Order: sequence, then C-alpha cells, then structure tokens
Amino acid sequence: MTVALSGKEIAAKLQQRFPGTIVESSESSLVVKSESLLDIASFLKTSPDLDFDYLTAITAVDYYAYFEVVYQLTSLKHNHSLVVKTHCYGRDTPVLPSVVSLWRGADFQEREIYDLMGIRFDGHPNMKRIFLWAGFKGHPLRKDFSNGD
Amino acid sequence: MEVEDRTKRYIYADAELDRTEGEEVEALKARSQEPIPDPDRWLEEELRRGILLTTVDAMLNWARRSSLWPVTFAPACCAFELIATAASRFDISRFGMEIFRASPRQADLMITAGTLTWKMAPQVRRIYDQMAEPKWVIAMGACAISGGIFTGSYAVVPGYNRIIPVDVYIPGCPPRPEALLYGIRMLHNKIAKRSLLQEGR
Amino acid sequence: MAIKTEPFVINIGPQHPSTHGVFRMRTTLDGEVVVDMEPVFGYLHRGIEKLAEGRTYTQNIPFTDRLDYLASMSNNLAYVLAVEKLAGVPVPQRAEYLRVIMAELQRIASHLIGVGAFLNDCGAFMTPILYMIREREKILDLFEMVCGQRLTYNYMRVGGVSQDIPEEFLPALAKFVKVMPGFIDEYDQLLAENEIVLARAKGVGILPKELAINISASGPVLRASGVQWDIRKADPYSVYDRFEFDIPTGSVGDCYDRYRVRIQEMRQSVRIIKQAMEQLPSGEVLTEVPLRLRPPEGEAYGHIEAPKGELGFYLVSDNSETPYRFHIRASCLINLTALCDMMIGWKVADAIITFGSIDICMGEVDR
Repeated sequence: MTVALSGKEIAAKLQQRFPGTIVESSESSLVVKSESLLDIASFLKTSPDLDFDYLTAITAVDYYAYFEVVYQLTSLKHNHSLVVKTHCYGRDTPVLPSVVSLWRGADFQEREIYDLMGIRFDGHPNMKRIFLWAGFKGHPLRKDFSNGD
Repeated sequence: MEVEDRTKRYIYADAELDRTEGEEVEALKARSQEPIPDPDRWLEEELRRGILLTTVDAMLNWARRSSLWPVTFAPACCAFELIATAASRFDISRFGMEIFRASPRQADLMITAGTLTWKMAPQVRRIYDQMAEPKWVIAMGACAISGGIFTGSYAVVPGYNRIIPVDVYIPGCPPRPEALLYGIRMLHNKIAKRSLLQEGR
Repeated sequence: MAIKTEPFVINIGPQHPSTHGVFRMRTTLDGEVVVDMEPVFGYLHRGIEKLAEGRTYTQNIPFTDRLDYLASMSNNLAYVLAVEKLAGVPVPQRAEYLRVIMAELQRIASHLIGVGAFLNDCGAFMTPILYMIREREKILDLFEMVCGQRLTYNYMRVGGVSQDIPEEFLPALAKFVKVMPGFIDEYDQLLAENEIVLARAKGVGILPKELAINISASGPVLRASGVQWDIRKADPYSVYDRFEFDIPTGSVGDCYDRYRVRIQEMRQSVRIIKQAMEQLPSGEVLTEVPLRLRPPEGEAYGHIEAPKGELGFYLVSDNSETPYRFHIRASCLINLTALCDMMIGWKVADAIITFGSIDICMGEVDR
C-alpha cells in the first residue's frame, strides 16, 4: 500500500535543512515558497530515505488571489508518496521555476499548465503552447475566462 | 539530468510555423460563423431528361454508389465504431467500401468519425478540397452534427457543417455499426437520385 | 565519392492511417533516417477540464468515457474512485467485484486493439487486428448486456455501479473466460516467434529503465523497461488485494517487450476475472448518494492502473455541486515524453512502429 507521507513530518525535516521556506503544512500536503522549489525538489529526489524519483503529476489550480501548483511525488523503491504545493502570485505574468531538469516527465505537463493557465516555467527548454494554437487569446482554465468566447 | 534546449536544434523555425498555422486557424474560425447549407439540389423538381440521359444516369449512379471509397479520417471515439463496421462482423465490404484510402485524391466519401476542433478544422477543409468530384460527406455521431457533448467548449467546432457541406447526418454517441450502415444506405438512395445535369453544383 | 545529403522536414499526420488518431509529428529526416522529431498535439483538445467545472459530479462521468475511448470502464472507475475518496462514500461489496470484472474485461479489450494496431503498423496488414476485433466483439457483447452500450458505457456511479448484471451475463462470461486463453495462445503461436515481428520489433525503440522512471512513464511502457510497478499491487484500490495475479515485466524496453507484456497481461486479466466470478457476493450494487452530490471542501487524487498506464483524477471541491478543479493525469501524454529519444537514429518505418507500440489514445492525450 503506498504510504502517503505526512506533510507535517516532511515539513519539519525540510525546515531544518532549508529554514524559512515552508509556508504551511498539513497532514496531507505541504506548501513551499516558489523561490526555494527547485532546491527542495532536488533534496526530495536525491535524499536516500525519501528518494522521490517518480513525478506522478503536476496540476495548477486557480484560486483568484493566487495560483496553486500541486506536485504529486512518488518513490518507487520505498512505495511512499507526498504532495508538495507552491503558490504563485500575480495574474499577468506568473512565473515558477521548472523541474524538468529533475524529472523529465514534467515537460509536457508544464507546457499544458502554461497553455491553459498562463503560468510560465523558467528553465523549461520548450515553453510554448501545446494544445491550443499559437495566437489563441487567453488561458482557458482560468476562472475569468468564459467559455464560448 | 541536463535537458538540452530543443528549439535551438531544429533546422526549421518552429515558432514561425506555429504562428502561421495559428493564424490559419483564427482566419478559418472567423469565416465559419454560419453553417454551410446542406446540398439538397436533388430535392428539386426532376429536370426534363431524355431516355438516353436517364439510362446513363442510372448506370453512373449505380457505379458510384456501389463502390464508395472512404478516406481514412478518424479523429475520435466514433472511429472505433467505424473500424468495427469495417471488421468482419458488420462487414462494410459487402458495399464495396472496405478499402479506406489514405490519400484523399483516391477517395470519394469522408465519414467524419469524431469531434472537430478549431485546430483541426483547416486540415479537414484541406482534405475535403483535395478529394475529387463527386464527393460526399457523412457526419457520424453527435459531435459531428452539433458538437455533441462538447458543445460550448472554447475549442470545439459546433458541427462539421461549419467547415464542409454534409450530405447525411447519423446521430448517436457513438452510433452503432448498424446505424452507420443505415446512414450509408441513405447516402446510396441520395446518390441514386443524382443526375448528370446537376454536376458542378 | 561521398554523397552530399541535406536533412528535410516532413509532416506525419494529423490525418494519417498509422497515427492512432490525430497526432502530428514534424520529423526532420536525413534520407530515411529520423534526425529529429517534434510532436504537435491539440487536434483533439476539446476542453473537457473546463466543461467539467460546469457540470455536477455525476454528469461528468460521460466525459470520462470519452477520454481513452478504448477503455471507458477504466476511466469511469478512476473518476468515481476519486470522487468517493473526496466525499467519503462507501461502496457495496458486490459493486466492487463487478467493477473489477468490468475493468479487467476492458483491459483485455483495450490490449487487443493495442496489439492489433501495433501489428498493423508492423505490416501484417489487417489479419491480426481482424482476429482481435472478433474477440473484442465478444467482450462488447458482454458489455452491451450489462449497460446497453458498446463503446462509451457510463456504467460506474459514485457509490457503486448503475445497475446490476442480468441473469445471462454470468454464463456468457464463463463461456468467454473458457475460450479466451485459447485465442491468446493462437495469437502467440502466430506472432511471438514470427520472423518478421522479431526482425521489426526486437531492439527497436528502446526506452531504458532510468529514462522510463524519469519521464514518469506508466503501464506496459514502464513495465516493459524492467520496472515492477503496477498500481494494482503497489497501491491496491477496490478489491484487487484479494486476487492472485502476476505482473509481467520486460527486460530491454523495446517494442517487442511492450508487445509481450500486453499479451501476458491479457492472460493475467483472465485469471483475475475467474477469481472474481467465484468470489462474487450478492447484495446491493449502489449506495444511495444524492443526485447533486456536494462533497466537503478538500481535494483528492484517485488513480488506477488503466490499460494504457496510470490514469489519475485530481479533484478539488468547494462544497458545491460542481468540481472546482477537475484535472486528469493523462498517462498517454506523459508516456510520449521520450518519444523523440526513442525514434532518433531509426528509419521512418521504425518510428511508426515505436509510436504504435506505446499504444496511445488521442482522446486522453489531448483531453
């Protein structure tokens, strides 16, 4: 059975190594600052007892005041999983660091988030629209985009 | 692991290509706000035709409808009912149609088996234009008739008749193979009523 | 005398008989050898995630049918599992077993087309796929008996399944389960040691193990590369922990391994169905759930081992009738991440087979 690691315990561990980077944590997930995302992700991937070598999914949710990007991580060896989130502010040009250098599976998923939500990922080798055509105005999955426009 | 910047490696400018294709989609979307009227000249009063022309008509129509060759065009779910119709249980081969032509130049029927999106629309128009006359279109499934379950989406064309003229509509989601065969027979009946004098409509 | 060549760019798709749906590849070729490849998606992007935010949880089940339209039962199952996790709805035992039977039958049907289309690309023009469609029609008859539909079933509901099986279903299923292993043996006999399949598929389109894990591949693509990871064993959902079955894995990760993994998975699916039929209890098949379900605020990620990989649904609820965020973790899209790497250096014909062996469905890639 895949054990869903407690966000609070991992947050405590990360707080020791990377002080001041955890925004909040709960049983099911933890929220980190977007500037330190790459460092924390790298630590989660390479640390031997955590060993999150498999990125299950990346999602973005539009909460009006901010965008929340959710990373579902899994470790195949230890069979445990973790949910890491980060917040991204600003609706005109939201930017986040890309995790493609750690997990290549993020490639198309980050392009999809750019296409549908408008969040750019710094460091992505091919940041352009994936599903909609170049020249499409707007980002459909945002809450202020109305269907049938 | 190091991820190389792929855009620098392509020998073509992919951003340029994307931009021109995007402009094509937007231009087609702007001109397709009204549905194309269905071709229904065959409903007109029968023109006065001589005995010779009627026999020639009958022969031509029989030849045309007995071996309609569809073009392989299978965007979405309806494709698998189309493939099931072409397989051995429902056997489209008894109508002479089992050869799906990959090249539109050799085909005379387009069975639109799937949802049409605005991104795909210019390609559909191009395939339709490449088919040689006489050609027919069967709109298969709810998505082909009106956008189906995806009507109202920002990316879906509400029906193929915005882009190409449609001859027969087959409802269903997806239509059963028997329904598709019934639609094909309706198309045969329509072709049987064509006349040489109506060519070049 | 050295011949001077120049690479040129050619378009494969979106309308092409070998590209399993509307998928386009801008390939850079040097003669016949693929030098580079850029995949272009979006020709079937219908905006399901946006449409789903305007419909209730039960109204979204038909959308999930149309994702991977060859495995509608599995898609339904993944979605209702996610909603049940979100809303805390219990499922009766009989419904769990029926779900497992439907999901495994669906796995067989999907792999039949997957293997058949792969062999179509290899050049065995229509013979294997026609044989496999013959078996698939038997499975579709079983599904039609249960829910009236052949392709997009809309059978699972939040809290169970929509209706109980009719009386003639179990005898028909028993008959099917008795003859299916014979058919799988028939395919294996004709194809597994076939000279042409070996020459075309062995060593072609290799996906190494580390790369497979790094690109988050899942399903037969991951297992053929040597990773023993199947969600039915690693994170069992429904009642999968009560059945005995093996996880076939490959060693090299080439097209031939992916083909073998799918054939063996079909055998294991028959094994699971036999056990599920024996253990099937009687009782209710649907928990009473309000028509307009309002799950409490929160989020849930529910995933299953769909025939093509790990299909997951990430749902966020704001205590209203419609989901606040409906995201689909599409296994087919993620499996395609390393497509370029698998194709470079091979000829066009091998590129087509590599793409066919990943077995994707554009409805799920583009959503």
